Amino acid sequence: MSDAVIEVEGLAKSFGGVPAVDGLTFSVARGSTTALLGANGAGKTTTLSMLLGLLIPSAGRITVLGEDMLRHRYRVLPRMNFTSPYVDLPHRLTVAQNLIVYGRLYGIRNIKARVARIADELGITPLLKRPTGNLSAGQKTRVALAKSLLNEPDLLLMDEPTASLDPESADTIRAYLVAYQRRTGATILLASHNMAEVERICGDVIMLRAGRLVDRGQPAELIARHGRSTMEEVFLAIARNEDGPPPDEATEREARKKAAP
Amino acid sequence: MNVSRNVTVAFSPFRVGALVLRYLYLLRGSWPRIVELVYWPTVQMVLWGFMTKFLLSETSLLAQASGVLISAVLLWDILYRSQLGVSLMFFEEMYSRNLGHLFVSPLRPYEMGCALLLMSLVRTLIGAGGASMLAIYLYHFSIFDLGFPLLAFFACLLALGWSLGLMIASIVMRFGLGAESLAWVVIFALAPVSGIYYPIRVLPEWLQAVAFMIPSSHVFEGMRAVMIDGVFRTDLLRNALLLDALYLTAGMAIFLGTFRVARRRGLLLNIGE
Repeated sequence: MSDAVIEVEGLAKSFGGVPAVDGLTFSVARGSTTALLGANGAGKTTTLSMLLGLLIPSAGRITVLGEDMLRHRYRVLPRMNFTSPYVDLPHRLTVAQNLIVYGRLYGIRNIKARVARIADELGITPLLKRPTGNLSAGQKTRVALAKSLLNEPDLLLMDEPTASLDPESADTIRAYLVAYQRRTGATILLASHNMAEVERICGDVIMLRAGRLVDRGQPAELIARHGRSTMEEVFLAIARNEDGPPPDEATEREARKKAAP
Repeated sequence: MNVSRNVTVAFSPFRVGALVLRYLYLLRGSWPRIVELVYWPTVQMVLWGFMTKFLLSETSLLAQASGVLISAVLLWDILYRSQLGVSLMFFEEMYSRNLGHLFVSPLRPYEMGCALLLMSLVRTLIGAGGASMLAIYLYHFSIFDLGFPLLAFFACLLALGWSLGLMIASIVMRFGLGAESLAWVVIFALAPVSGIYYPIRVLPEWLQAVAFMIPSSHVFEGMRAVMIDGVFRTDLLRNALLLDALYLTAGMAIFLGTFRVARRRGLLLNIGE
């Protein structure tokens, strides 16, 4: 059995003939925390959406937790979850009501106890009776994270998990994610624009530009390879294409070779 | 991991119940939504109740079946409420931009469809039921006296409302909330050919053919047969049920097909206005 939790091969998606993702091939190892990086429009959200089954690819193959995501996504969706500050939970429901509804959708046993526990762990117990729409952006982010952890997912996909959080809250969440992963052995794939976060919690980075995979490696490897001192500088160099011309077939092949399981 | 039940089953009443619970929470937490449910059926019933009282003193036809207009109003409202019940509950997911979360959960689109239908039933019972009770108080007319035929009419109109609601939800899923006003008006295109207040035979012949393709025309013809002639026409009920089966199948197929289109076009994450 492959040790990869996500295997993507030749993944492509076009909207009206314009490619958003263009032939992505990569894998994500079990138990890793991997960052999916790129400037706005690089194809991160489109890739995450395809991995989640919210978007049907134009071409390519996606295997998640050993299942073909295009044919059998309902076999794996119960073992996955997702959080994004850009996808809301119903505003008029209280936090507790939202978590109970989602807990039931995921078939959680003893849902009220589970909600109480996760609320305690994420420090949102005082928010449970408040309407979700009345929360601050940071509070909503924490509630969305709680929702994404209700089913103790084997695979957690996150779109900017600490966006809108103050530095202290963001730090708490990162620590929680690290502890969660150590405890459960879960795999985390996150899109982020926070390079310090990536350096701290991600062991692996996939860099995208214009829907293509342009580089991949551990943060320290990427920093060294690009001759920079931080991931922020690596990100900017790749986003601005400062380190060379757009990826040609050879460099892309090389990147894909590195990405292969 | 051991927190979840076996959630890979193809159809789960548990998941349908979870979504129904979500809509009940919403309804329970918002008194304007509850008032809205009973407001329009009540206004209609009061208006046509007084009209009936007036006509009773003027025409002998209405004297034969004094409750026919009020019954027609209440039955029409069952159709309208059931369609709105499906459409508006779906719109709530779009207003709250919640579809992205829902459809990365194990919830199947057809389970969502079932939850919408169940909530439509609840809303219709509250709305039309409330107005029906008020009719007893105001006009001493009880639509419940119709007995079994009422149940049959209710089921036929509910199913037609469901199918129209699913079709409207599909249009809005595909084209966004800019199309939501359709939910309030589409049903009125059926009103002239449903024969709510008049028999289908008064329509031009070609329009009669159109009318009989619509389940509601059979229901209202059936209602008049019961109230004016004292006959329960099982042929009309059979026609209505067969057409309902077709409409409901088409409604669910369109809803599921549009869901697939939404997945292809990436509408589920960014759905909204």
